[in-house]
Amino acid sequence: MSIVTVQLGQCGNQVGHEVFSCLCRDLRGTHGLCSRRENQSYQDACRERFFCEEESGGPVARAVLVDMEPKVISQTLSMAARSGFWKYNEHSHFCQKQGSGNNWASGYSVHGPRHKEAIMNLVQKEAEKCDRLGGFFTMMSMAGGTGSGLGAFVTQCLRDAFPTSFILNHVIWPYGTGEVIVQNYNSVLTLSHLYRSSDALLVHENDVIHQICAQLMNIKQISFRDVNQVIAHQLGSVFQPTHPAGEGSEYSRNPLGDLMEALVPHPEFKVLALRNIPQMPENSLAYSTFSWPGLLKHLRQMLIASAKMEEGIDWQVRPPHPGPSSHSTNKPLHFNTSIANLVILRGKDVHSVDLGSFQDPSLYTSWLNPQDAFHAWKTPRAFNKYEKSAALVSNSQFLLKPLDSVVGKAWNMFASKAYIHQYTKFGIEEEDFLDSFTTLEQVISSYTTL
Amino acid sequence: MTQSVVVQVGQCGNQVGCRFWDLALREHAAVNKKGIYDEALSSFFRNIDTRSGGDGPDIYKGKICSLKARALLIDMEEGVVNEILQGPLRDVFDSKQLITDVSGSGNNWAVGHKLYGCQYRENIVEKLRKTAEHCDCLQCFFIIHSMGGGTGSGLGTFVLNLLEDEFPEVYRFVTSVYPSGEDDVITSPYNSVLAMKELNEHADCVLPIENESLFDIVNKINQMINSGKLGSTVKQNSLVTSRAGSAKTLQEKPFDAMNNIVANLLLNLTSSARFEGSLNMDLNEISMNLVPFPRLHYLVSSLTPLYTLADVNVPSRRLDQMFSDAFSRDHQLIQADPKHSLYLACALLVRGNVQVSDLRRNIERLKPSLHFVSWNQEGWKTGLCSVPPVGHSHSLLALANNTCVKPTFIELKDRFMKLYKKKAHLHHYLQIDGMEQSCFSEAVSSLSDLIEEYNELDATKGGPRTDPSRLKIAV
Repeated sequence: MSIVTVQLGQCGNQVGHEVFSCLCRDLRGTHGLCSRRENQSYQDACRERFFCEEESGGPVARAVLVDMEPKVISQTLSMAARSGFWKYNEHSHFCQKQGSGNNWASGYSVHGPRHKEAIMNLVQKEAEKCDRLGGFFTMMSMAGGTGSGLGAFVTQCLRDAFPTSFILNHVIWPYGTGEVIVQNYNSVLTLSHLYRSSDALLVHENDVIHQICAQLMNIKQISFRDVNQVIAHQLGSVFQPTHPAGEGSEYSRNPLGDLMEALVPHPEFKVLALRNIPQMPENSLAYSTFSWPGLLKHLRQMLIASAKMEEGIDWQVRPPHPGPSSHSTNKPLHFNTSIANLVILRGKDVHSVDLGSFQDPSLYTSWLNPQDAFHAWKTPRAFNKYEKSAALVSNSQFLLKPLDSVVGKAWNMFASKAYIHQYTKFGIEEEDFLDSFTTLEQVISSYTTL
Repeated sequence: MTQSVVVQVGQCGNQVGCRFWDLALREHAAVNKKGIYDEALSSFFRNIDTRSGGDGPDIYKGKICSLKARALLIDMEEGVVNEILQGPLRDVFDSKQLITDVSGSGNNWAVGHKLYGCQYRENIVEKLRKTAEHCDCLQCFFIIHSMGGGTGSGLGTFVLNLLEDEFPEVYRFVTSVYPSGEDDVITSPYNSVLAMKELNEHADCVLPIENESLFDIVNKINQMINSGKLGSTVKQNSLVTSRAGSAKTLQEKPFDAMNNIVANLLLNLTSSARFEGSLNMDLNEISMNLVPFPRLHYLVSSLTPLYTLADVNVPSRRLDQMFSDAFSRDHQLIQADPKHSLYLACALLVRGNVQVSDLRRNIERLKPSLHFVSWNQEGWKTGLCSVPPVGHSHSLLALANNTCVKPTFIELKDRFMKLYKKKAHLHHYLQIDGMEQSCFSEAVSSLSDLIEEYNELDATKGGPRTDPSRLKIAV
């Protein structure tokens, strides 16, 4: 089954480009560390998922690029083509001239309806190229105007046009100390709207990735390209093919469906975080060896202590004692309670790994059976030159604090009515803001009382 | 890609405008080596085929044939505009973009606004329409004028009004040069306050400039160059100090160098809209992020660094200095000290080899010494443009919506009241058709209201912060 990616706004397009580059590089990599046959299946599965073949032979990304101003898309298209290894379809993009001005209302209420037909036509075309459509992966940031506002509108349109398809929104959470002054308003409006039409929101926080670049990747002058490459690596480690049903089974044909099934048991809880291990500069890879127990021990602690990365983990945090009254107030502070977790393992000796520690019931709420709350996908085929790598996609309280912080700041600004005139100008009224605040306070409350 | 049109009004407006077009051409020439008419160029220039004699059709792609500025030059005297048309920029403008008269406005806002406004209204509208028709997607009008005289102030604000009526969807950014205390035009307070009312009501964003600040900055640059402290590392032909292409050589006040600074301001403001970068900042984003309430749209600007550095790979220390300077009082383009006043919002547009980590590091470093309003504690808007200005490896434009504009307005009001109380020179104004005493009282009232809004904000500074309580959800 194939996934159609929709890249929205400057961020969505810049990150999307890095993702396809990463997938392609991994495909061509000779460090698969597995049998030729295994590698072949992996490559076939990856191609089916993300690329279609053109007559000219090279892989063409299954993607639609959307932006309300032309510079980024034209850059993205030419960078991909220049790589010589893959490209975008030269017709699968839509742009306008004047941008959305960081205004969610402009993206949602003006550009959305105006360009709905053109954009959905492009999506339809890409969907038709798939033998079987596995769903949509939309990429956007919350802070600006196009990715956020138009992104929310397009997600709604996708839901209306493809009611039975899976929609996964990849959302970039902006730096806490602004990139955009009205980013908190835009974020609140985006999240509340996405919550209604999307199946799940997979979040990457700029602050977290920035720290990874600084501390783990040792990059001195971190650029957005660096940040986007780390994000792409993390996404690749989740979405490259795996055998969800264990050794000897086929590569999964339905990654989005499998993801939703594993992680989203209840529509009130849709916010997913992503962590991976190990993460290091490429030139250090040759000098490092890892053991699965070591990696998984760190990954598990990253989960329960809500760590940003594999350094600086708080090892003091422990799961609560299991007992008859595991009421939320008895849970120790800072412990990250999970609803469901998914661990993806790639590389050497993957099938002999013991994942018992992730199935510990004390990590989870009591709603699901422990065996339903935890899933593992594996492949012996190594990813992106890492001999062993593990990724964690978690539906837990990882994003509770950031969410609460964004809503708090937005509310603070809303109380003074600052900038509201910029939104009402395009048809988003105070009432719409209040609705969004209510939706998100509900989500916060739900995640808090896990 | 969108287009912008520059409307330069009056002597000051046209002199600054002239510097702007010169620098814009230079900037694009430095970036655009192949001579292809690209989208970046089209934001300010048309490309026309002059072979068919005179006004040929616009050429949208391919080689540059003849560039014409998207501009309107308006002056009620002929001196300045004639000089421009005889100078090196003569081919960039054509006669259809000019509106001139002979007798000037006599430093009288009423003459500019009411008399000439009425007289030239149709002509101006027609020319504006023509200019707009040549634009594929017109996003912004830049008005350049001074506040203290008659034409720039009066006719300039008349045009501002006109733009709102005729092109309501297009942004109006106004660069206004405010008179200093020792201004030799006695009636400049009247003209400025009358113009302020128009700016309050009809502009989207105003970038106030004071000649005193420009003068001080130019002196600083000259001192640096002459002191030899920086030795051979200083290039003398940066766009900031460049005098080549200007009509005059030496003047009593270094107006050309001063005007260069304002021209650079406009170039940098639009750089992220014209050129690529990892975090674009378009003009509509500037208005969106920096104007929290419609009337509070006055932005204090600063440009750093002021000198060129010879080596391109600058160690981070120098880079950080650029950020520090952007917030210092002597780099602001008006007499103001943003550090000791209250920030409502702040934008940083960086050009050149600067990455997001440099931005973040400096924001973290400088934040503690700045006061932000309670509802916008992290009120930063940032932009990264990859193309540096000519002669520099990087540069920074800081735009602040800060209560430090207040003193400028208060002083203006005081100077106004001094004259108004004595009814000095009022008859010159009241004798103009359409001018009444109420124009004056309304104008000063509008200014007082604005000052009051800033006062109220200042009152919240440093006070105890009680965040409003959040919505409660029934569990």
